[in-house]
Amino acid sequence: MPKAPPPWMRPDESDLVARLRAGEDAAFEEVVREHGPALLVVTRRFLRNEEDARDAVQDAFLSAFKAIGGFAQGARLSTWLHRIAVNAALMKLRAKRSRPEELLDDLLPRFQADGHFAEAVAAWQETTDADLQREETRRRVRGTIDRLPETYRTVLLLRDIEELDTEESARVLGITPNAVKVRLHRAHQALRTLLDRESRKATA
Amino acid sequence: MTCRELAEFLDRYLGGELAAAEAAEFDRHLTICPDCVAYLQTYRETVRLGKAAFAAGGGPPAAIPPDLVAAILAARGKRA
Repeated sequence: MPKAPPPWMRPDESDLVARLRAGEDAAFEEVVREHGPALLVVTRRFLRNEEDARDAVQDAFLSAFKAIGGFAQGARLSTWLHRIAVNAALMKLRAKRSRPEELLDDLLPRFQADGHFAEAVAAWQETTDADLQREETRRRVRGTIDRLPETYRTVLLLRDIEELDTEESARVLGITPNAVKVRLHRAHQALRTLLDRESRKATA
Repeated sequence: MTCRELAEFLDRYLGGELAAAEAAEFDRHLTICPDCVAYLQTYRETVRLGKAAFAAGGGPPAAIPPDLVAAILAARGKRA
């Protein structure tokens, strides 16, 4: 008598995995249609180009199909596929890196020789929880994040959005944990600068 | 302690990674430097805004384009 799947796994998911393992064509189509949309959302975040995002989804599914034999019983298919999609997006970014990195310097704070801020720093009005939930606010911030240099944007996405911890991010990116921390901090500083410029324009 | 140093290690300060004596330096500087107080406030807001920006809005993600589905299945077929 086969073991019952964990309660949080939908009844038909373990069946779907079994059918995938068996190489059933209909199962592959089912998993692409069901999980594809969520994977496209993920790859679009990392790759700012729709064609690249779609290519990465294709790469992700093909990797997953090859690796289905190693898919652990009791794991969640969506989580597993999500991870594969993140990796596929990162590989695509690496492959595409042809143009020189945009300069970050312009986006970092400036200081005088004595270490004081070169310009006065203005506080912002805090965004209310209600505003934070509005799609308009989110879209605006996503647009600003899109303007970050890619290296820094990628770390911000991995740490803050995908919620990988420092060690995992380091492994996935092939850099040291300290480098992850520095890049994340730079990403936050750069994003702060961009948001600050926007807020000044808005109140000008 | 200068503003430059505060800005450089702000993430470590906020993450509780500094030794007590170092953190105390930060605390002290923040009592006398309005620019750094503003920088800390806006930095924190930045992190908060960034994290919220990708939170799922309502509704499921849009459907996967049919030609992409076809391309994936065709590519799989080629490996047989």
